[in-house]
Amino acid sequence: MSNEGNNKEIKALLKAAITPVKDPELRRDLWPQMLRKLDEQPSRIPWFDWALAAILSAVLFFFPGAIPALLYHL
Amino acid sequence: MLERFAAGDLEAFEALFRQHQKDVFAWIVRIVRDRGIAEDLTVETFWRIYKSRSRFYPAGNFRAWARRIATNAALDHLRAARRETELPENLASGAAADPAVRRETREQIKRAFFQLPAKYRLVATLALIEEEPYDTIAEAVGISAALVKVRVFRAVRILRKKLNSLGAEVGAK
Repeated sequence: MSNEGNNKEIKALLKAAITPVKDPELRRDLWPQMLRKLDEQPSRIPWFDWALAAILSAVLFFFPGAIPALLYHL
Repeated sequence: MLERFAAGDLEAFEALFRQHQKDVFAWIVRIVRDRGIAEDLTVETFWRIYKSRSRFYPAGNFRAWARRIATNAALDHLRAARRETELPENLASGAAADPAVRRETREQIKRAFFQLPAKYRLVATLALIEEEPYDTIAEAVGISAALVKVRVFRAVRILRKKLNSLGAEVGAK
């Protein structure tokens, strides 16, 4: 049998073995679950913000002369 | 409402959640084929939506955006689940399966199918089992319809090879 014919047969077998989901309806409101998830998540500071703060601190520590320049640009 | 949501208004988010949760769930359950997992992934999807609300363009299509995020959440689940050997519960298995196809062959097909790489399984599920149009799948996955077609073709080819190696009677019907 050709590959094309074989592929059609595979598709037919797949459809016979795994049928479409009959009832995709949501049966309950998920908002309470969503609220719990929102409450569980602490407001986290991304790692790159910490990295930026560390780099800035190091620069200011080793080059204190940069502080007036930084203040000027803020 | 979309502008208020993008600005971080929780009431606007709740309204959007209630408006779109059914659609998101229905999309996810057809990919993962497990109601409990689909519920968790629906919440996960909206959590990702809430986290990235500042990147949402209020004039954009919220439904399409939500579906894209839902697809990514489902894909992440398929990738993680593929490492496990157990088959997921098929919502439509049992009596609904074609009785003309031998039970053993069906099991081999299912096993081979659930072992497909996640990105192929996702498009194959939606295109071949759920019969979603390629354009709809393409929009949800964020690739072209042509690439969806390629992935479906590759999925079928992988399945054929797996079934041949398992010695499945693919001609038995």
